[in-house]
Amino acid sequence: MASKYSNMTVRAYRRENGRVGVRNHVVILPVDDISNAACEAVANNVKGTLAIPHAYGRLQFGEDLEVHFRTMIGTGANPNVHSVVVIGIEPGWTKRIADGIRATGKEVAEFSIEQKGDFETIRAASWAAKDFVHKATEVQREECSISELWVSTKCGESDTTTGLGSCPTVGNMYDKLLPEGITGFFGETSEITGAEHICQKRAINEEVGERWHKMWKAYQDDVIFAHQTDDLSDSQPTKGNIEGGLTTIEEKALGNLEKIGRTSQFIDILEPAEAPQSGNGLYFMDSSSAAAECVTLMAAGGAVIHTFPTGQGNVVGNPIVPVIKITANPRTVRTMSEHVDVDVSGILRREQTIDEAGDALIEMICRTANGRNTAAEALGHREFSMTKLYRSA
Amino acid sequence: MAEIPHLLVHEHDDNVGVVVVEGLSAGTDMLVCVTHDNSTFRLTSGADVPIGHKVALKDLKEGDTAIKYGEDIGKIIADIPKGAHVHTHNCKTKRW
Repeated sequence: MASKYSNMTVRAYRRENGRVGVRNHVVILPVDDISNAACEAVANNVKGTLAIPHAYGRLQFGEDLEVHFRTMIGTGANPNVHSVVVIGIEPGWTKRIADGIRATGKEVAEFSIEQKGDFETIRAASWAAKDFVHKATEVQREECSISELWVSTKCGESDTTTGLGSCPTVGNMYDKLLPEGITGFFGETSEITGAEHICQKRAINEEVGERWHKMWKAYQDDVIFAHQTDDLSDSQPTKGNIEGGLTTIEEKALGNLEKIGRTSQFIDILEPAEAPQSGNGLYFMDSSSAAAECVTLMAAGGAVIHTFPTGQGNVVGNPIVPVIKITANPRTVRTMSEHVDVDVSGILRREQTIDEAGDALIEMICRTANGRNTAAEALGHREFSMTKLYRSA
Repeated sequence: MAEIPHLLVHEHDDNVGVVVVEGLSAGTDMLVCVTHDNSTFRLTSGADVPIGHKVALKDLKEGDTAIKYGEDIGKIIADIPKGAHVHTHNCKTKRW
């Protein structure tokens, strides 16, 4: 059924595989930590490129290595990325990541450092990067339907105002745009604790709900109860959450879950950094509740815009995905306004309804898709944090 | 709503509400709004409570359950009089 959201369009980049991106980055991607220096040197040589240094990629194995590969490939494959220069210490894993990104149809150039050294690698990679920048800067935005956007969410520095205002604003957006055909992501496995019975019921059917509960329970058993000391009360809720008035994980979880609105149901669950395979709809990604890790995983899963409710004022950004900050806390608006994209503090004063706030967020999603830089982009927040499941070999 | 509320409550079943103004002092005649249907009532604050922190809507006893969003958010671990501050000193998770 047509709604007032059905005909909304944005001007964005249509990629070779049909996906729609809202940014046009030329990324210089290190396979591993020891290739960061070469990538940063290439990005320094060639203006308009973006190096994404990170901490891992050596001697990982098993599922931890799979998460690494998915994160690297997914980051390069993201539709916000025009083309990628991949640099690794040796050619094997470098090729694996480059080929994974190439499957999207975008241009990828790969380089490895052994038997050449940094100088020769940087020289050759800089030529490839310069060629990509010329091509990227000639690509034009075109009209795309809002339904083609993949929009993720995760909240941070939550307080009681997030459950009252900013999280329901995101939920209202999903209730309006998921029926139009967007793809959505939510997650934060540990942070559903206390509302898991409610979350499970939001699965599209019992089978998905049971798989969701198994995943959530595995995290409880394998991570929390395997590693806790006395309790987790200093981590969940965090010190910032407690300062903001949140007392227990149950209270935090119930506020968190407001992000999926009143009617939205999730259609499948995803491994960390896994791309959706079940069509349009809402997905739960098994993910950390730490802001940068979670946004990094969802970006690698293919999200092109992230909506980020905050109470006390989390400042996180991402290198390739614009992060839209929404707050309902009037103190945060007063003291940290440079970080706020959408001010919904009117909800607390009962001057703004959740429906109006949801529309304000949808408008900001369109403006961001059209090219408006978010507060996090303007302030240079490019946090890229790899999820590590266990110690390397 | 002509007057700005001091305290918001999610559901009618809740026994705690959230301070949504800065600088709330003890003895304030608070306007309380239940967001479920925007109905209102008044309550006197029993303490200076920071924005975002919770206030008891009725007398709570040790062993009671704190209710917010109409759901269980933890156990009361010390008696709390109506209007007083509810936080980590008198309320705790049931999970860990």
